[in-house]
Amino acid sequence: MPERTTDGAGESRFVISGLTASVGGKEILRGIDIEIGPGEVHAVMGPNGAGKSTLSHIIMGKPGYEVTGGSVTLDGVDLLAQPTWKRAQAGLFLAMQYPTEVPGVSLVDMLANSALSTTADEDELDRRLKAEADRIGFDHQFLARPLNVDLSGGEKKRNETLQLGVVKPRYAILDELDSGLDIDGLRLVARRVEAATEEDGLGVLVITHYSRLLNELKPDHVHVLAGGRIARSGGPELADELETSGYAEYVEAESRAEATAGGRPSASELDPFADPLA
Amino acid sequence: MNSSFSPDVVASAQYFPARSNRVQAAAAAAEQDLPTAEAEEWRYSPIGELDIGDLRPVLQHPVDSKIQPPAVVSDPAATIVLVDGFVVSTTVAAGWEAKGLRVEVDPGRHSTVDGRAATIFDNLHVAFSPGALIVTVPAGLALDAPIVVVNHHHTVDGASFPHLVIDAGEDSEVQVVEWQTSGPGHGLSVPVVELATAPAARLGFLTVQHTSAHHWLVARQQSQADRQSSLSSGIAYFGGRYARLRTDCRLVGRGASANLTAAYYGDGRQVHDFRTFLHHEARDTRSDMLFKGAQDDVSGSIYTGMIHIHPDGAGSNAFQTNRNIKLSEDAWAWSVPNLEIENNEVHCSHASTVSPIEEDQRFYLHARGVPPKVADRLIVAGFYDEVLNRLPVAPARAEVRKLIAEKLDHRTDSHSATAQAVAQ
Repeated sequence: MPERTTDGAGESRFVISGLTASVGGKEILRGIDIEIGPGEVHAVMGPNGAGKSTLSHIIMGKPGYEVTGGSVTLDGVDLLAQPTWKRAQAGLFLAMQYPTEVPGVSLVDMLANSALSTTADEDELDRRLKAEADRIGFDHQFLARPLNVDLSGGEKKRNETLQLGVVKPRYAILDELDSGLDIDGLRLVARRVEAATEEDGLGVLVITHYSRLLNELKPDHVHVLAGGRIARSGGPELADELETSGYAEYVEAESRAEATAGGRPSASELDPFADPLA
Repeated sequence: MNSSFSPDVVASAQYFPARSNRVQAAAAAAEQDLPTAEAEEWRYSPIGELDIGDLRPVLQHPVDSKIQPPAVVSDPAATIVLVDGFVVSTTVAAGWEAKGLRVEVDPGRHSTVDGRAATIFDNLHVAFSPGALIVTVPAGLALDAPIVVVNHHHTVDGASFPHLVIDAGEDSEVQVVEWQTSGPGHGLSVPVVELATAPAARLGFLTVQHTSAHHWLVARQQSQADRQSSLSSGIAYFGGRYARLRTDCRLVGRGASANLTAAYYGDGRQVHDFRTFLHHEARDTRSDMLFKGAQDDVSGSIYTGMIHIHPDGAGSNAFQTNRNIKLSEDAWAWSVPNLEIENNEVHCSHASTVSPIEEDQRFYLHARGVPPKVADRLIVAGFYDEVLNRLPVAPARAEVRKLIAEKLDHRTDSHSATAQAVAQ
């Protein structure tokens, strides 16, 4: 086992440092630095294609990506060297944007076989699942279904939140947990996560397009991810600013940088009628 | 063909009367070569590797063996044990017997296929089958307890030819489970099952095959469904060196329906081979075929499914799906669904896939802390769920689930053994 190091306060830290990665030879993350402590909520916002989901996949170890540099550590232990299930065991949780359907495998089947479960007793698991389901308005009838099969988008997101409540990770990445949820669902789910930050000291990295989720799940820090980089970091006020101004500034900055670097042509090169002074 | 199967052997057999059709069939078989994989209906199969040189037909009642069915069905309506095709015991619950349930042997009934060109295996069956075990459910009788049949192959280097007939009378209801087993040695069985549903009858027949990995099986199932009847045929194939089932199912009465549902799992060098022909010969008939299997090691499977909508089959619905999970690089699966439609007022669909375990499913379970081997096991077991839920004879499903679990245990064990060997 690698030696565990903690900071001076002896506190747990989840640290993404200088992370770069590519897919099929194309560089997609160009240096990500985010550090999260217990109970903290960090939001990563950004336009489509910025690399938000990629970031979540790479942190959890989804196949198909190549990490080219940097590190991801939990309490100083390198997570990138470990297989996905060990990362989960270390205390990392990913609520997926598109939770996969696994036919014939129920929640209880999965959790009874998970290294995260403190019990393999199916009755006990069932009891915990029901208690968590009640907290977020997840219908008990869905608990017996095969994983994510025939669940609506919103039910899938409740199901992810339910599991987070049962396995009690130390750090959770929520990849667009808001998509598919109606307003009531969003509120319940956000409050459940917020409660976990307070009750269990859960650290959260919440990935979203919109600030709606952040009205319920209050971030301590907001990071703008554009073009595979953290273009800006700030406090919660940054989310409000993005809500009014959008991502245009970051997208343009990115395309200028690309053009300078001889990458993608700028908008004016693509569009012969574009305003040359724009 | 070796001389153990010659017409003289049939003529002098003590156990069953040497009727002329038996001798003729043996004579026809003597003129035929064993098929090879060149022939379309044997394509992809290892039939060329069948060594028939040491085989001999089982000609008489074998010693009474102590074969018992798995105790999954409590209070069956009847229990019948066949060894090497010969009925060795029959128990019919008195209550059902009084209501007209009949179980009897007819040595004169052993022909296969309705006049179609007989293969060498068909001819051998006609020549050497001891005759049919016939289960007759009279009109109007609904059995609420299943009938259990054990079909065991006992003789090493023996060839057996069991013949089973289930006749469901008008508006009757019956469920039958057949446990098909064998001793550990080399052997061949060539069973024939005939299923018939009279108008409005409901018949469920489940065959659970787990013969030894040295056993060769060339089976036929012929079924016919009349008006408004429903026929559900479940196929669970886990055993055999080569286990082949040819199904010919005919929907001959208006509104008849057939469900064909199969679960199969091969490992080692096993080959499972399904050739399914489904005929919609009447209006408003419905068929649904769902075949799902897994292949590990260097094993393989073949599925060819032909749905034929005859000119009189207007208003028919026909669905066929075949899905395979390849669990190793060297495993293989052929999947060839076909349609022949001679009437345009029909709904037909077919789907077929051969693929490894889905990476996204693995990732989901890994991300929830399930170790990789356990995750694969859950996914593969879960893959069969859809099929298990459709199999007839519901009380037997748990046993089928158990056989799948045994295959998966074996997989996990042998893979860890390999990993340990590599580590050393």
